[in-house]
Amino acid sequence: MTREQRLRRIVKPAVFALCLGPLAWAAWLAASSGLGANPIEAAIRHFGDWGLRFLLIALAVTPLREITGLSQLARFRRMIGLFAFFYVFLHFSAYVGLDQFFDWQAIWADIAKRTYITIGMAAFALLVPLAATSTKGWIKRLGGKRWQVLHRAVYAAGVLGVIHYFLMIKAGYREAAVYAVLLALLLGWRLFARWRKRAAKGAGTPLPA
Amino acid sequence: MLIRFARASDVKSSEITPKAVFEERRRFLKTAAVAGAGLVAGHFLPAPAEAALQGITKGRFSTDEEPTSQMSITSYNNFYEFGGDKTDPARNSKNFKPKPWTVAVGGHCEKPGTYAYEDVIKGLPLEERIYRLRCVEAWSMVIPWVGVPLGDVLKKYGPTGQAKYVAFETVVRPEEMPGQKTPLLPWPYVEGLRMDEAMHPLAILAVGLYGEELLPQNGAPLRLMVPWKYGFKSIKSIVKITFTETEPPTTWNKQGPVEYGFYANVNPTVDHPRWSQAKERRIGEFLRRDTLMFNGYADQVAGLYAGMDLRKFY
Repeated sequence: MTREQRLRRIVKPAVFALCLGPLAWAAWLAASSGLGANPIEAAIRHFGDWGLRFLLIALAVTPLREITGLSQLARFRRMIGLFAFFYVFLHFSAYVGLDQFFDWQAIWADIAKRTYITIGMAAFALLVPLAATSTKGWIKRLGGKRWQVLHRAVYAAGVLGVIHYFLMIKAGYREAAVYAVLLALLLGWRLFARWRKRAAKGAGTPLPA
Repeated sequence: MLIRFARASDVKSSEITPKAVFEERRRFLKTAAVAGAGLVAGHFLPAPAEAALQGITKGRFSTDEEPTSQMSITSYNNFYEFGGDKTDPARNSKNFKPKPWTVAVGGHCEKPGTYAYEDVIKGLPLEERIYRLRCVEAWSMVIPWVGVPLGDVLKKYGPTGQAKYVAFETVVRPEEMPGQKTPLLPWPYVEGLRMDEAMHPLAILAVGLYGEELLPQNGAPLRLMVPWKYGFKSIKSIVKITFTETEPPTTWNKQGPVEYGFYANVNPTVDHPRWSQAKERRIGEFLRRDTLMFNGYADQVAGLYAGMDLRKFY
């Protein structure tokens, strides 16, 4: 098997299966009443946690690729990004369908009144067009550059996601702080890389006299 | 994170003895013990200390709503002294020693001092009070508490005319309460009531639950239960009672004054900034139900707040 075949037939399906892990875990807990006394809350938290984690993993792909020089990593970025959306969607659906039971009036009141829900919904809304335009066809249709600009919205979604988590907590911010630091590192790395690139370019051009 | 793998040491639900079987076994042992003791000593010996509480009478004000399962009540708890997750208290309270226990009484009263737990409740009949409990996070339970009227306890210490409020404190034992090793909240946890609220017959000091002694995760050995207020008012594992002239600085009120008022009365028309208070999910139910004013105890307690702007004094 060539390296390309190995990647396509073994590694990719393996990563895909791994990404389904949190869903399988939730299903197992639900079936064995391991979700505890308030299973709806537990499910919402579980999917929300994993939505944020996958978003951070997706954001880590590019820095990891450039640091390690493993160019194949880029091949997993779309899949991981879509899994992030998948878990965020489950998080959203559990809130709408299980927690509020499609009580749109109550949901709308929540969005209008409660900052953490407003922000969470905004993050979700930002991710929808990204998920929808994740295909090759859409990259072509939009043109690489415009597509890229659109998909930078993921940075904003990440920031909003972390704020959403922070605002929800009553006390004890340790886990949220970990996400915030990771996100800051991932976004900070991009700023740094950009600055370095620009500086390198600047060094190449002679200064005006 | 909320979801964890069960530890090997955790009790599986299949290993828990059904209450009826457990009680039957207990009754048999007791009968046998009494019979045996009777043979040896020729007279009745007091039964050894055990978890089941004796001589419980049915209290006034109990709701006839279906109580939440004992499993849920003892496994889904907000008790930050044992950790921030609701599953932490049941898991992290194994080393907590609720007995022996003393309560320091002080402030504006005639009989300040340090009293043994047994003396605090001595002479008062243990009553079963089935109360609704409403958490500020918009979930609720129905809990069969066993306890004594708070007012009767406070009267023992002769609060003076200067006693306008009563403050309570939770024990600080970081070695037994791992949550206290982190600054989740400023320890010790402090709560308080206005004197007339504390003297109201609905307010109790709970010592038991489902006919048995309180477990650490539920606030053993002695906790407040004020059913018309959000759960966080009902302070757990009390070691200190102080009669004060001014409103005591309460923990959640200090933590977030905009979110948690001193009164913390259940009020569907005054929203917490992050949780609508109009509805609640009863643990074990799927759909949310409407939250009732003063948690359904308005007939008894609304008079305490006559003339007060409940939007201001939330």
